[in-house]
Amino acid sequence: MAFTLYALIQTAVLFTNAIAVLHEERFLSKIGWGAEQGIGGFGDDPGIKAQLLNLIRSVRTVMRVPLIIVNSVCILLLLLFG
Amino acid sequence: MDYINQTGFRQRKLQSNVRMRNPAMDSSEPGQLFDDTSTSAGPQGAGHSGLDKGPVAYTGQTVLSDPMSNLAMAYGSSLASQGKEMMDKNLDRFIPVSKLKYYFAVDTLYVGKKLGLLVFPYMHENWEVCYQQDTPVAPRFDVNAPDLYIPAMAFITYILVAGLALGTQNRFSPEFLGMQASSALVWLIIEVLAVLLSLYLVTVNTDLTTIDLVAFSGYKYVGMIVGVLAGLLFGKTGYYLALLWCCASIFVFMIRTLRLKILSEAAAEGMIVRGAKNQLRMYLTMAIAAAQPVFMYWLTFHLVR
Repeated sequence: MAFTLYALIQTAVLFTNAIAVLHEERFLSKIGWGAEQGIGGFGDDPGIKAQLLNLIRSVRTVMRVPLIIVNSVCILLLLLFG
Repeated sequence: MDYINQTGFRQRKLQSNVRMRNPAMDSSEPGQLFDDTSTSAGPQGAGHSGLDKGPVAYTGQTVLSDPMSNLAMAYGSSLASQGKEMMDKNLDRFIPVSKLKYYFAVDTLYVGKKLGLLVFPYMHENWEVCYQQDTPVAPRFDVNAPDLYIPAMAFITYILVAGLALGTQNRFSPEFLGMQASSALVWLIIEVLAVLLSLYLVTVNTDLTTIDLVAFSGYKYVGMIVGVLAGLLFGKTGYYLALLWCCASIFVFMIRTLRLKILSEAAAEGMIVRGAKNQLRMYLTMAIAAAQPVFMYWLTFHLVR
C-alpha cells in the first residue's frame, strides 16, 4: 500500500527488462510468438496477438540502449546507497 | 526622453489597447477559452484611458531625469521579456502548456453541474461532446467535456480528508500525508498506463488523449471523498452506503462517457451491432468502468474503522 514514486520506477524498469530479455529465436519462435507469426494478416484488423508481438519487438528495439543506461544507474545507486 | 518613452511604456500601452479591442468583440464566441480580464477598461474607454494615462506616465518619467537609468530600465525589461519568451518556448516542448490550458477553462456553473453528474448521472440524456470546427469546445461551454480542474482539486481534497480521517482515529503523522499522496498518484499512473496498453492492444481508433484518460481516472476521487466523509460522520454503515452509491454512479458515468469514445458509431447509438470487434470494445469499456469502484474501495477502506 505504501507506494513511493521510486517503487513505481523500479517496477517499470523491472518490467521493461523482463520484456527486453525475451530472445527472438531461442524462445519466442519456439512458442509460436516469433516476429513472422505476427505480421500474418494484412487486413485492417491486426488482432490482439499481432499487437502484442509488435509491442514486444518494438520494446526490444527501442529500449535496448536506454535500458543499458538505466540499469547501470540503478546498479550504481544500489552499490553506493544500499 | 521622448524616444525612450515610446519604446518603453508607451508602446506597451498602445499594444495593450489594440489587444483590448479585439477580444472584447469575440469574448462571446465559444472559441475563446478565457475572458481577457487583464485590462480593466472596456472597449468604450479604450481610447480615453490611453490618452489619460499618456500624460500621467509622462510626468512620472520626468522624476527619473537620469537618462542612464531610463536606458537601463528599458534594457532590463526587454531582457526580461526575452528570457520569458525563451522559457515559454522551451517549456512548451516538454509539457504541452497550451493543451493543458484547455482542461482548466472551467467556471463555477460547469463544476457544479459536473459534480452533480458524477454523483447522479441517471437523468442526463445527451452525453456527446460538442465540437467546434474539429476542436472540442472548452469545458465551460459543454458539460460533457473532460476537465482537469475537478480531478486535481479532488485529489488534493482526498489527501486532506485522509489526513483528517486518520487524525480522528489518532493514527495521524505528518509523513503519512506524503505517503498517501504518492501512493494515490502511483495507482493513478498505473491505471492510466493499463488503460493505454489495453487501448493499444484492441486497436481502438479514438481521439482519447492521455490527458483525457487522466481526467477520467481522476473523477473517482470525488466519490471517494464523499464516501470517507460519510464514514466519518455516520460510521461504517454510512461509509458503505455512500461508497456503494458513488461506485454505482461512477460506473454508469464511465460507461456512458466511454461508450461514445471507444465504440463505433452504430453501437454507441444503442443498436446492437454483432461482431467480435465491437464486443471486445464493449468488454474493454466495462472493464475500465469496473476498475473504478475497485480502486475507490481499495484506496479508502483503510481510512474508515
